[in-house]
Amino acid sequence: MTNISMTVNGKTVSGEVEGRTLLVDFLRNDLRLTGTHVGCDTSQCGACTVHVDGVAVKSCTMLAAEADGADVATIEGQAGADGSLNTIQAAFQEHHGLQCGFCTPGMVMAAADLLKNNPKPTEAEIRHHLEGNICRCTGYHNIVKSIMAASGQDVSQLAAE
Amino acid sequence: MYNFDFEKPSTIADAVAALATEDAQALGGGQTLLPTMKQRLASPSKIVSLSGISEMQGVCKGDDGSVCIGGATTHATVAASASEYPALAALASNIGDPAVRNRGTIGGSLANNDPAACYPSAALASGATIVTNARQIAADDYFQGMFTTALNEGEIITEVRFPVPEAANYQKFEQPASRFAMVGVFVAKYADGVRVAVTGASEEGVFRWTEAEAALSADFSAHALEGLSVSGEGMINDLHGSGEYRAHLVKVLTKRAVAAC
Ligand SMILES: Cc1cc2nc3c(=O)[nH]c(=O)nc-3n(C[C@H](O)[C@H](O)[C@H](O)COP(=O)(O)OP(=O)(O)OC[C@H]3O[C@@H](n4cnc5c(N)ncnc54)[C@H](O)[C@@H]3O)c2cc1C
Ligand code: FES
Ligand code: FES
Repeated sequence: MTNISMTVNGKTVSGEVEGRTLLVDFLRNDLRLTGTHVGCDTSQCGACTVHVDGVAVKSCTMLAAEADGADVATIEGQAGADGSLNTIQAAFQEHHGLQCGFCTPGMVMAAADLLKNNPKPTEAEIRHHLEGNICRCTGYHNIVKSIMAASGQDVSQLAAE
Repeated sequence: MYNFDFEKPSTIADAVAALATEDAQALGGGQTLLPTMKQRLASPSKIVSLSGISEMQGVCKGDDGSVCIGGATTHATVAASASEYPALAALASNIGDPAVRNRGTIGGSLANNDPAACYPSAALASGATIVTNARQIAADDYFQGMFTTALNEGEIITEVRFPVPEAANYQKFEQPASRFAMVGVFVAKYADGVRVAVTGASEEGVFRWTEAEAALSADFSAHALEGLSVSGEGMINDLHGSGEYRAHLVKVLTKRAVAAC
């Protein structure tokens, strides 16, 4: 067992982990931050997407020990302290960007990663960026639309509700 | 996944020493190794992370003008920083998906030598040099068949040096489910000739299509490839495509790469 500590959503946390403990298991089981989901556990679906030192990673395919000392952001840290949704979350709600909601934490974290570097992405850029995020409900049109809307662009011309 | 000891050295020398233990294995981005360990196809007793070694990070320009990439540099960093070699940056920007590119490394990709991986084609077509903690290996000697390389046990890729071509292009025909290359062709034109490397197609892993190299060195146009044919013999035959189909793609993609140069 090794001791690790990191910043998660602005708070310093620490814990004892085995070498094999995955970052997602540390977040979910030790910190009880269960908003980060495990869809596939094989780095395909992106439901487990979190940010580590400012970039999106699949937390099912990173060791917790590798995140020792890192700055981690999860879906739980996205809303304001009073529970108000951030721009991306609000856009998902407004544009029906979720159905069952299982993929949504990963989608929101992937979207935040995209908009940070590309504040006004095209539809094609959004789709390219979401290649590693699978929605089992297949609600891609509205996910893309939500991200477009979150970037402040006109979505009235986008296909499909 | 079976448990293991975890070490994260900060120098190449310490990593080499840590890897001297029996059953120790290097960890790059873990994008291939961790899934393999979850399936218990690998069960190292010790994992030595290379991500904390600053001398293995980043992209720089060598004295001879080549682009030098640290062995632990992520695909995302290569995509953003290898502007001296645009075709290489473009290849890196299209590996897997953004989260995979933020962790996966060039050293991990070349050490793994997946028959459908992208980087091996760039290294072979560029006549790159694979630099390890012990020696320098020419790409022509490095790739030794599917998942097989010239690396010895415990040897670490510390840097990869790419001579910059006059023109180059990588064409990847994506296998839509895995996003790996069903077939990928990297064409690089140097003053002393053209090199063409093909990934995803052969059961022997990445290879040079020497007939196309000769034709293109004489006449660098898609038209120069017209008379050539690629045999389906020895090509990967699986549910995604037959050997004949892959052979057909090799020629189509080579033409597209030349046309895009
Ligand atoms: C969803 C998904 C899609 C992908 N799509 C593509 C794609 O389109 N094209 C593509 O090319 N790849 C693709 N990959 C593979 C990806 O590029 C991996 O990152 C890469 O193959 C392995 O790199 P890594 O740094 O993660 O290595 P790891 O998984 O950490 O290690 C792989 C192997 O290399 C060894 N190793 C690691 N670093 C070094 C080093 N510096 N020196 C010596 N040995 C080392 C390890 O011991 C291990 O045996 C994909 C992966 C995923 C999960
Ligand atoms: S749970 Fe991590 S990618 Fe699916
Ligand atoms: S909303 Fe159900 S998986 Fe995407």
